[in-house]
Amino acid sequence: MSEILRCDNIYKSYGAKPALNGVTLTVESGKIIGLLGPNGAGKTTLIKLINGLLTPTSGALTIMGNTPGVKTKTLVSYLPDVSYLNNWMTVEKIVAMFADFYDDFRFDLAYEMIERLGIDRKERLKSLSKGNKEKVCLILVMSRSAKLYVLDEPIAGVDPATRDYIISTIINNYNPEASVLISTHLISDIESVLDDVIFIKDGQIVLHDTVDQIREAHGKSVDDLFREVFKW
Amino acid sequence: MNWKPDKKRPICPQLCEHLCVLIATRKIGAGEKLMSVRELAVSAGVTPNTVQKSFEQLEQKGIIHSIRGSGWYVNEDTQLAAEIMRKLVADKTTSYLNDMYGLGLTKESIIEMIKEYQNE
Repeated sequence: MSEILRCDNIYKSYGAKPALNGVTLTVESGKIIGLLGPNGAGKTTLIKLINGLLTPTSGALTIMGNTPGVKTKTLVSYLPDVSYLNNWMTVEKIVAMFADFYDDFRFDLAYEMIERLGIDRKERLKSLSKGNKEKVCLILVMSRSAKLYVLDEPIAGVDPATRDYIISTIINNYNPEASVLISTHLISDIESVLDDVIFIKDGQIVLHDTVDQIREAHGKSVDDLFREVFKW
Repeated sequence: MNWKPDKKRPICPQLCEHLCVLIATRKIGAGEKLMSVRELAVSAGVTPNTVQKSFEQLEQKGIIHSIRGSGWYVNEDTQLAAEIMRKLVADKTTSYLNDMYGLGLTKESIIEMIKEYQNE
């Protein structure tokens, strides 16, 4: 197991109120990790820092020893919480664009998954159903041979069948040398496929443990514990 | 896979128990090959690490074994799996009975009730 991600005492503020208030954590390879917290806890801020879309106000963040930049774009595969793809493009064009952008993109894998879904590669993104669009986005992200997959709210607003598809795609593409970081507030749907969970609250990590340890120590599901920690 | 784990308990021991039940009830026969770690992870909806850990624990107990480069196999002797299943049945029965006693039922009325259920 090697270290994939390290955060050392990270602060990030957009104004007076800090979005991240001293976050320290490490993520090792071979893990599927849930980043859990209510809206406004700092999940997306942390994810944007990992992707170099924001820079920390203070503290250091490294991905396999590199600060976010050109090099880490080759290590991190990112699924944002909002679609950024051009709706008028065909599936084929988007796949070609990804292959062009990323050296580690696996064409064969992407098409295998797209074909299994019965999606026509000539179809335009805008004519796909919401569920199929989400699936295509996930396929693109998971078809890279990255070291860290960062999925921001991949299961929000999708039907149960699509959710199951997304979860099994994540497990199917499991690689012991890479890690998957999934942010969500829908814990009960996903907790059994997580190795570790990180609870984030008011910009701070309040818990970082394995799912089984949490169940063992508290005698309750991660979802139940989450509701307790974050009740208001 | 028809498996409904208890969300309050750690997943790994529950997966071990479930595999023992499958072995004890001959759904997976003695000497038979198990699903691969990844296949079972997808089918059970758990992480591959949980499956790996469960396989290793069952190997330690002497219920399954691995063959390098081939996969995981059920041992010829399935006695221990059967024993674990018996214990599981005993635990569930005890817990059910305690619940019923807690509701004020007597042993006789519980037995009557179970008989009635059989007829439905």
